[in-house]
Amino acid sequence: MRVIGFLLQKEFLQIFRNKGMLPIIFIMPFIQLVILSNAATFDVRNVPFNLQDLDRTSLSERLSEQFTGSGYFQLTGESSTSPQALDVLVGRNADLVLVIPEGFEKELMRGGSAQVQLIINAEDGFSAGVIQGYTNDIITAFNRDLIPQLPGSAVGAPRQTISVRSSAWYNPELVYIDYMVPGILVVLVTLVGLFLSGMNVVREKEIGTIDQINVTPMKRYQFITGKLLPFWIIGLGELTLGLIIARFAFHVPMLGSYWLIYLVAGIYMLVVLGMGLLISTLTESQQQAMFIAWFFMVIFTLMSGLFTAIESMPHWAQNMTMANPVRHFVDIMRRVMLKGSGIREIATPLAILTADAGLMLTLAVNRYRKVSD
Amino acid sequence: MSEPVIHTEQLTRKFGEFTAVDAISFSVGEGEVFGFLGANGAGKTTAMKMLTGLLLPTSGKAAVAGFDVFTETESIKKNIGYMSQRFSLYDDLTARENIRFFGGIYGLSSASIQEKSKALLSSLDLLPVADSRLSDLPLGWKQKLAFSVALLHEPKIVFLDEPTGGVDPMTRRRFWDMIYEAADRGVTVFVTTHYMDEAEYCDRVSIMVNGRIAALDTPTAMKDSFGVTTMDELFIRLVRPGAGEGI
Ligand SMILES: Nc1ncnc2c1ncn2[C@@H]1O[C@H](COP(=O)(O)OP(=O)(O)O)[C@@H](O)[C@H]1O
Ligand SMILES: [Mg+2]
Repeated sequence: MRVIGFLLQKEFLQIFRNKGMLPIIFIMPFIQLVILSNAATFDVRNVPFNLQDLDRTSLSERLSEQFTGSGYFQLTGESSTSPQALDVLVGRNADLVLVIPEGFEKELMRGGSAQVQLIINAEDGFSAGVIQGYTNDIITAFNRDLIPQLPGSAVGAPRQTISVRSSAWYNPELVYIDYMVPGILVVLVTLVGLFLSGMNVVREKEIGTIDQINVTPMKRYQFITGKLLPFWIIGLGELTLGLIIARFAFHVPMLGSYWLIYLVAGIYMLVVLGMGLLISTLTESQQQAMFIAWFFMVIFTLMSGLFTAIESMPHWAQNMTMANPVRHFVDIMRRVMLKGSGIREIATPLAILTADAGLMLTLAVNRYRKVSD
Repeated sequence: MSEPVIHTEQLTRKFGEFTAVDAISFSVGEGEVFGFLGANGAGKTTAMKMLTGLLLPTSGKAAVAGFDVFTETESIKKNIGYMSQRFSLYDDLTARENIRFFGGIYGLSSASIQEKSKALLSSLDLLPVADSRLSDLPLGWKQKLAFSVALLHEPKIVFLDEPTGGVDPMTRRRFWDMIYEAADRGVTVFVTTHYMDEAEYCDRVSIMVNGRIAALDTPTAMKDSFGVTTMDELFIRLVRPGAGEGI
């Protein structure tokens, strides 16, 4: 234990003395969160929008006014049939078509619920998600205004009056920022953990101090613990910083338990750090380590469901994402933060992460040799 | 010679097809200052890494402090100090922090670290700069500190890989004084160098050429048997047999 203590002390001294490292650890979270979440509000202004109102009633008109008046959408034309709407989409004259079916008002007044159809140009899945988020926002607001006016609606009347078929089952408002921030937090701790640990041991190889360590009677587990623990602590600190920003700057809800988030994050960090350490033991220079870490980082992020929904990937790619720890942690973060899931609901991805952690640490410890051969 | 603390027989290390250390056999006695000489690339570092338990030999036999280099490397590590060819302390830590760290991982008590740190810093005249980062200190000072740190846990044998490389002659003299002080306390010193004049300071020297030991004796006996007056001359003879007369 004492030996690990001395190692920890030395690592922390070195980390906090490295002028290049501090900005990465403490400023990156802000920049990344701010840029990525603001990119969303920029993109969504004045989306060309086509209206197909087959109902032509005062209620359908009110709904379409909500769209045109929102500031997000600009009416560029109207259509009356599906083929027409399709032409408009293909010709890029609109990125969103709102179809209000015939009998919309009647159904709403009689049954208390009705459906509208939204056709979104999803060529760019990223903006499509944003567009969908805002249309859902508008419809939710419309529902809210509408409920008291509906006949026979007392307290406890169905809340979701107009429903959209493609609505996601969690984060029902699909507020873009709420949806993105938990995922970005995951990328953040992954980036910091993977790069810091990936660079660390190989750096000692580069300077030559690793021989000086390997010639001491230090045990392998002591070395590995001393090398990983600092970054584990920093990773969780980073997550804390991110959660604070998410809560107070972005007002992302936290419906689940912070304890659960930290439990999962603690396990997840072991996966990331084990991997970083493995990279470190397999490479000879920091550059090499950086390349490999970057390679995995890009693949993991692209295949995490953060920017592209897993469901919209080809089948083989969907299967591949099962091996991606980032995917599971993004999934867990969204479920716990936005849906309030408990440990039971996230048991499967959590079990996968735990197995990953065991695998990575075993590999890393086995690859690290005090005697080279 | 007293009981050998380092003993090798036909110790060999290959990297693929290339033989870096080729069947070397020698013994080093307790308290001896043993010089391991050779040009760059002769195989000195490779041999030393095998003896310190950092690199597994390909074949042959060797024991250090009575422990086998194939199977008992962790026991060897408890008994030796090592100063690697590349700078062996942390440049971004201060002298005091380096002493504390290495003392700590060798299992010294806090009181003992405190005490040794103070004694060491004052004997090296490092007290005024004890809290500046090593990167701000001249190389000679850092090497002297590295040597002292390698002795911190009072090992029986200390391995020094080119400790005086790139250091000015004055500091080199002072460094050798420190080596003698350690040897007087009974520490066995195994030191590599490519400065031939330093060979004169050793009790015995071996000269390595292309992975083999080309000569091994006391400096005086070695010069006599080759009929030369300086180690430099001797070295040229060994590396290029037949040369020497023309120079
Ligand atoms: N890990 C290695 N892989 C391949 N060749 C090596 C390795 N280490 C050393 N060598 C080679 O072995 C030879 C001896 O190197 P070294 O022991 O460092 O010599 P010295 O310390 O005497 O300068 C050199 O030719 C060097 O290139
Ligand atoms: Mg060398």
